[in-house]
Amino acid sequence: MTARLTSIEEEADLRARLERTWASPRGLRGVLTAVDHKIIGRRYVVTGMVFFFLAGVLALLMRAQLARPESGLIGPDRYNQIFSMHGTTMMFLFAVPIMEAVAVYLVPLMCGARNISFPRLNAYGYWVYLFGGAMIWIAFLMNVGPETGWFSYVPLAGPEFSPGKRTDFWAQMITFTEVAALVVAVQLVAMILKQRAPGMTLSRMPLFLWAMLVTSFMVIFAMPAVMLASSFLISDRLIGTQFYNPAEGGDPLLWQHLFWFFGHPEVYIIFLPALGMVSHIVTTFSRRTILAYPAMVLALLANGFLAFGLWVHHMFATGLPRLGNSFYTSASIMIAIPSGLQIFAWIATIWDGKPRFRTPLLFVIGFIIIFVLGGLTGVMLAAVPLDLQVHDTYFVVAHFHYVLIGGAVFPLFGAIYFWFPKATGRLLSERLGAWNFWTFFVGFNVTFFPMHLLGLIGMPRRIYTYKAGLGWDLWNLIASLGSVLIAVSMVVFVVNLVISLRRGQVAGDNPWEASGLEWATSSPPPSYNFLYTPVVTGREPLWEGEGVLPVMGGVGVDQRQALCTTIVEAEPDVRQPSAGPTLWPLLAAVATTGLFIGSIFHEWALVWGAIPLAATLVGWFWPPGPTRRQAARAALAEEGT
Amino acid sequence: MIRRSLVACGPWLLVWLLAGCAGAQSALDPAGDQAARTESLWTLMLWICGVMYLLVLLFLAASIWRARRRLAGPPLSQGQASPAERPLLRALTGWVGLTVAGLLVLTVGSFVVDRQLAQAEAGQALRVKVTANQWWWKVEYEDPVANRRFITANELHLPVDRPARIELEAGDVIHSFWVPNLGGKQDLIPGRTNHLTLTPRRMGLFRGQCAEFCGLQHANMALDVTVESPSAFTAWSEHQRQPARAPSDPRLARGRDVFVGAACASCHAVGGQTAMGQVGPDLTHLASRRSLAAGARPYSRGALAGWLADPQSLKPGNHMPYVATNPDELNALVDYLDSLK
Repeated sequence: MTARLTSIEEEADLRARLERTWASPRGLRGVLTAVDHKIIGRRYVVTGMVFFFLAGVLALLMRAQLARPESGLIGPDRYNQIFSMHGTTMMFLFAVPIMEAVAVYLVPLMCGARNISFPRLNAYGYWVYLFGGAMIWIAFLMNVGPETGWFSYVPLAGPEFSPGKRTDFWAQMITFTEVAALVVAVQLVAMILKQRAPGMTLSRMPLFLWAMLVTSFMVIFAMPAVMLASSFLISDRLIGTQFYNPAEGGDPLLWQHLFWFFGHPEVYIIFLPALGMVSHIVTTFSRRTILAYPAMVLALLANGFLAFGLWVHHMFATGLPRLGNSFYTSASIMIAIPSGLQIFAWIATIWDGKPRFRTPLLFVIGFIIIFVLGGLTGVMLAAVPLDLQVHDTYFVVAHFHYVLIGGAVFPLFGAIYFWFPKATGRLLSERLGAWNFWTFFVGFNVTFFPMHLLGLIGMPRRIYTYKAGLGWDLWNLIASLGSVLIAVSMVVFVVNLVISLRRGQVAGDNPWEASGLEWATSSPPPSYNFLYTPVVTGREPLWEGEGVLPVMGGVGVDQRQALCTTIVEAEPDVRQPSAGPTLWPLLAAVATTGLFIGSIFHEWALVWGAIPLAATLVGWFWPPGPTRRQAARAALAEEGT
Repeated sequence: MIRRSLVACGPWLLVWLLAGCAGAQSALDPAGDQAARTESLWTLMLWICGVMYLLVLLFLAASIWRARRRLAGPPLSQGQASPAERPLLRALTGWVGLTVAGLLVLTVGSFVVDRQLAQAEAGQALRVKVTANQWWWKVEYEDPVANRRFITANELHLPVDRPARIELEAGDVIHSFWVPNLGGKQDLIPGRTNHLTLTPRRMGLFRGQCAEFCGLQHANMALDVTVESPSAFTAWSEHQRQPARAPSDPRLARGRDVFVGAACASCHAVGGQTAMGQVGPDLTHLASRRSLAAGARPYSRGALAGWLADPQSLKPGNHMPYVATNPDELNALVDYLDSLK
């Protein structure tokens, strides 16, 4: 329950005025100009899930091909494109964006704010992501999809061994998605550090905000490495530079260092937001605040730091000096400490709580069971001798699906079941949710557990076929059957979404009796998110005191205004204007897309493409004059005096 | 041996019963020092990690079991209000300590094994140079005496109980040399030279396979490995040093003429003949090898004929072109190549 500052009549008037100020325009114009973080966030989540399902279909195709030895279903050329697109889509178009998407939706609500810190930049980021993803998929469907894997090792991906435009599309897709990721990251850092609700000191910040803060900084430090790598690749391919050509003084290992300096933190960029989600779900359904909150925050920070120190464990087989390798062994093994600590704290919270086993908590339990196993195989992979045996085999495939599906997709599904009612106003069906969970859990293990063994008995990754008689046939068949069960689970999920959207139980503001600020407003939240700015007095705002959330006024009603607070103590600092709906982000994204796609084909596109981009940015940043309404009001005020 | 596998496979017991960890391309069936040491590290890892995993699962199960109490009441916003807070925090500290201890053991274990592998160098090592190409292996046996060196392809013979120091290079893109029964893998990178030492301890037929994605036919880039007695190895290498004999049979001579006259000889070499091509595998003793086209098919005269008649159907995308020959020429060519024992 939220405290009230005015009478009921005045409140209705206030709501109407806020609605006028914050509502997005209707119709097509509204669709194209929206800057509301909830609208952008929703689009982002839906787009990310579409890419998830598309990449899932590719996975099914691969499993169909590998179900039998020497299957003739898919040829090598098509297969290589399929596994490249599967990895690329899952990593760049699903996993990273979906976590940021959820954050775009939730972070402003958790901060008690009216919109995200840079609303137009937010819209721009979404459009760039959408166009980049659409580009690579259209290219794939036109048979110019990537063919050298999501990691695109040179020289295989270089001009000599991958002629044609396939790899160029891949490299430029990287540019698109990294721009989009960076855009979200800077917004979230600004939002979390400067626009938290008054009283939400750093030591009271919800763990999802902490996770997103660490993640966003990681994005800012990690992504430039891969943009550099892919830009070098494009210029090697397009204008004959020789960054990666050993014959001309370049080095193929430069690619691997740059790629994995990004690539390993990337895994944690995907994983840390999921940890944040898990903490919220565990707290809510155990009805107990998280155990050892300070240790949990430190563990997130430790994960973030250590993640930058272990990329070389992807390169143990490249013949780097042994002493150097052992440093990365230690760093890789060390990261199990903060992760293990968090696992313990969640289980302990359930232990000491009053748990209710609703679907979100089921997914969290599934997460713990699967992720811990993946973490342990990760420890094994950190040991150089063992890694040299199982590196680039199905053991690694099993390992990272355990950590990524277990560590990120299970929490994500839990999060969807958890926050769906907030976003739509209706609960997802618990019965279908249980079916969804159990089919996913069983299907996942049937698919991926045998792969550990396949790797140990010699099956390398990225092969489109294998010979009979190596002992791999049965396990591949079982894995393929398991993948069908996962597909069934996804169908159940989509059915649940569709049915619940129409006929689901109405949720109300806070169906789970959760403690976060996002539950202090209606479901779905109004365009202005909160009637008054909530004031936070503890770590679990809605569970504190007598269950009445204190609020404060004083933030603009007739103009879009955001409240900035101080970084550590979250004391009200300044009010600043917040941008309204505009077409410029879309136009800028279109111009960016033109530049990026053009430069796949010709280097001069960088020059000519910069002109429309500059024009749209000028339009975007043109200083706003007073709106017509403001002008009229100013005129009225003048008359009055 | 079987006991070893049993220990290594411990938790995989069911799995083991069904399929077995033994195999010609298995890291769990070591036939050399390097693979055996790695496998012992695997066993250590499996047990320690298994126990840790079990602890987590037990704790999780217990916390779910406790939930039967169906406690009601308001949610707990302050941890200190719970009587279990302090014991749980102590347990948390204990758990972190346990994790650190377990990880320390594993790290030290990893370092020890890594050190052993690094020390495996030996003066009396057999020296072999392997060059990986899209999608085949060039294998050169070094010798201080220049004319005792010889070249073969897609097969590696090693004498048992003698370390082999393998020099690894790549001709085009990155590949990875991996014979799981003998030891871990090592990448072959253009512009670099890597080394790998293998000490086979058990005679037998093994299989290696390229482990770094290298393009269209990454899946069909296998290496036949034979570990044999020193005497058998000596006999084999002496035989490999012999050039191919000039065919006396007119039919074989015709096949040789087709080989030289058509495009074959521009890519392939046959020692002692005029064919000197270096782009493709050396064919001097082609018919003595276990398989064809880097493990794509077991070697047989029929498979060879099929391969020559249409190289792109067996191994789509490989760099061997179809060379137009009439059936009569093809037969002669197959006869000739099949005579290159």
